Amino acid sequence: MTQYAWLIPALPLAGFLINGLLSGRLSKMMSGIIGSGTVLASFVLSVMVFFQMNGQTEVVTLFDFIKAGNINIPFSIQFDPLSSLFLLIITGVGFLIHVYSTSYMHEESDFHFARYFSYLNLFVFSMLLLVMGGNYVIMFIGWEGVGLCSYLLIGYWFKNTEYNKAANKAFIMNRIGDLGVLLAVFWMLQKFGTVTFAGDAGVLAQAAKLAVNDPALVGITLLLFIGATGKSAQIPLFTWLPDAMAGPTPVSALIHAATMVTAGIYMIARSNIMYTLAETTSGVIAIIGLATAIVAATIALKQNDIKKVLAYSTVSQLGFMFLALGVGSYVGAVFHVMTHAFFKALLFLGAGSVIHGTHHEQDMRTYGGLRKMMPVTHITMLVGCLAIAGIPGFSGFFSKDEILMGAFARNPIYYYLGLGAALMTAFYMFRLYAMTFMGSYRGDEHHHPHESPAAMTIPLIVLAILAFAGGFIGIPELFVHNGHKLATFLAPVFEKSTQINAIAHPHNISHTQEWILMGVSTVLIIVMIFFAIKKFGGYTRTDAEETGLGKVLANKWYVDELYDTIIVKPVMWIGNVFATTIEKSGIDKGVNGVGKSVQYLSRQFRLIQSGNIGNYIMMMVVAIVGFIWIVYYLKM
Amino acid sequence: MPIEYYTFLCCIIFGIGVIGVLTRRNAIIIFMCIELMLNAVNLLLVSFSKMHYAKAVAAGSADVLTAASEGQLFVFFIMVVAAVEVSVGLAIIVMMYRNTHNVDINFLNRLKN
Amino acid sequence: MTTQQLIFWFLSAVAVFSAIMVITRRNPVYSVLYLIITFFAISGHYVLLNAQFLAIVNIIVYAGAIMVLFLFVLMLMNLNKESEPQKNKYMLWSGAIAGGLLMFVLIDAVRPDGQVPVYDGLSGGNVGLIKNLGMRLYTDYLVPFEISSILFLSAMVGAVVIGKKD
Repeated sequence: MTQYAWLIPALPLAGFLINGLLSGRLSKMMSGIIGSGTVLASFVLSVMVFFQMNGQTEVVTLFDFIKAGNINIPFSIQFDPLSSLFLLIITGVGFLIHVYSTSYMHEESDFHFARYFSYLNLFVFSMLLLVMGGNYVIMFIGWEGVGLCSYLLIGYWFKNTEYNKAANKAFIMNRIGDLGVLLAVFWMLQKFGTVTFAGDAGVLAQAAKLAVNDPALVGITLLLFIGATGKSAQIPLFTWLPDAMAGPTPVSALIHAATMVTAGIYMIARSNIMYTLAETTSGVIAIIGLATAIVAATIALKQNDIKKVLAYSTVSQLGFMFLALGVGSYVGAVFHVMTHAFFKALLFLGAGSVIHGTHHEQDMRTYGGLRKMMPVTHITMLVGCLAIAGIPGFSGFFSKDEILMGAFARNPIYYYLGLGAALMTAFYMFRLYAMTFMGSYRGDEHHHPHESPAAMTIPLIVLAILAFAGGFIGIPELFVHNGHKLATFLAPVFEKSTQINAIAHPHNISHTQEWILMGVSTVLIIVMIFFAIKKFGGYTRTDAEETGLGKVLANKWYVDELYDTIIVKPVMWIGNVFATTIEKSGIDKGVNGVGKSVQYLSRQFRLIQSGNIGNYIMMMVVAIVGFIWIVYYLKM
Repeated sequence: MPIEYYTFLCCIIFGIGVIGVLTRRNAIIIFMCIELMLNAVNLLLVSFSKMHYAKAVAAGSADVLTAASEGQLFVFFIMVVAAVEVSVGLAIIVMMYRNTHNVDINFLNRLKN
Repeated sequence: MTTQQLIFWFLSAVAVFSAIMVITRRNPVYSVLYLIITFFAISGHYVLLNAQFLAIVNIIVYAGAIMVLFLFVLMLMNLNKESEPQKNKYMLWSGAIAGGLLMFVLIDAVRPDGQVPVYDGLSGGNVGLIKNLGMRLYTDYLVPFEISSILFLSAMVGAVVIGKKD
């Protein structure tokens, strides 16, 4: 089976080439079919691979990529539980979003429609390469590829300068993180001589033999984590994600909710043994994840654009995932990746449906009462909000609970702060729900919001089912013995880490403690939901100025302004200095000076041609004397 | 006479010819000094032909007469060429004189710039 | 000193002296006349070197034809007045120095170090006789001979074309 597995990334690549090269000549239907069809085919293949997966790691080498001296980096793809799971998520959710896009983007021209799908296919290809790569270099190729596609898709409507700036911001911040990954790869090559994941000679096997908090290990893991903060939008490199909402909503759903931003989590999960041993880095990751979760949640409380709320929500949830990685709960993190992909994609697509239905209105203050006018969207988004809030029975509950338990086991303070972030999550999500769907319509009289077409609602329904039922593969021990199917499935990938953690951090929570914590958190979440519905159910638009803390939150803690002052302005200033002083006065003068001096010299030389024959003959004689001198004297 | 005496003599006459070319202003005098240089070279060639003849005699080769005649034949041709050159050159000078009524080379600097 | 050496030194002195006179005289006609004396001296050298044919040809062609041509042109253009060398002292001195340098460098370059083998029979021999030269000229060097006739023809045509008044 795995001989054909190279088709999984190859098919979206083919879709990219066809749609890209034949843009404008294909009808919209053809572009849509090609774009979605390739991803569907990849999904089918991924399902087949998944069912053949039995815990073993299989590496397929396609061709030799880099061979220099002792360094051998083949172009290989790896199939193990972790990568096959991610394959399903990427291709499955990706396919649904492709289908959704055929309807959402139908206002574009043929050329731009095909262009959109070619970019989307290229993105899927890069993401697949990222999770299927058999070594850090192939993963990095995919890593860069998704960054590029993110830029292309955020700036899809390229005629708008603000959107282009947002795309630039995303790409540049990604790049800063990429430097960290590159340095880590170099360090790995120097320390281990290889970058391959699997095998006894691979990086992970060699790293497992090092001591706890080995300096090289801490360094490598920190650098990789810097890359992850860039790609997965953690502090300090998170400000690109809200601005990335400038792209089309399906793009936000696919890239900035379900897949690209989880690349950092994937990378850390793949290198889990290194992170378990480098305890310093794990501590750093947990703290940064937690801080990001809280800060982003506070900002989301005061946002009025529906997509911005979801964006900050994504940042916050990613913070949760990093918290899980930091406390050693790798399965929890991957579980949350999966459930988050379901409900966040659902929420974004639902928001897209709302935006489409209200004729491109994104400000929630003009919504209201949409539950009567857009019933399907309403129900599915309600499911999504319940899932993200963590109501028992929905998928978000299981994954978030696992993370919080892992946090409590490591350090109770992590639990309390995480719980605070979770409560804020519930609050702002239901604020969103209340402002959008409850009350009465506050918008323009002439706009009549309508339900979206089937191509948009069917993916919503599918995702809603997944958001509800997806959690049942991870039922904790508490409820059903051996119910955590996901942990069993992923066990081979994380077994070394689990062993080490069991010895190093043997905090066990008793079942009673677990019941109490679970119950308390659920009750508090339900309280917050009612609070939010009560406060925003009958929302009337006031347009009052925010004051005090509200103002700070609405302005995103002024982080963007801070970055602007500290980094952007000095860099521009240096650039200015170079442009005016050094370039104009120094280099320009130098280059022009060369030209001027050549002209001067040539003018002087021209005077040699005096027309005076006597001068000419004189020069001849002198030259002959010189030649004879050289030939006879210097040779002796 | 040792051969180098002839060589020195030729070099001296050649050098005098060069000085004449560089120093004089009248185009015709310059031409004459060029002829002087040519003659010095002729003398040199003839002396070398004599040297070869003496070598051939000392070596005892059979065709002693032909061994040394290249030098002199070459001088013959040089004279031919010199004659031709003089005739053409003087024709040019006459034409220039007709145009400008002057044979001063400082005046004939039409190649300026 | 043998007769031969005496003649050699005498002829050399005459040649060098006349050459210097050629380049320093103001009146161009004097220069021409001194040049003719130089040619005679050099022809004497040719005889010493056993190149009798060349000696005679030198007199006939150079001193007889070429110098006469020079005199014709001088007289035609009425240049038998005084004409001085360069007014510019700088050119004068630099010319002299450059030429002198060349002279000295040349002499030094061809100066032999060590002993040069002296060959017997430096005088005598039949190589310069016209008969022997003629044999060589018309057998081995026939082609250049014929080409030189074409050269003469083209020179004549060229001279006529250039000198024509139109």
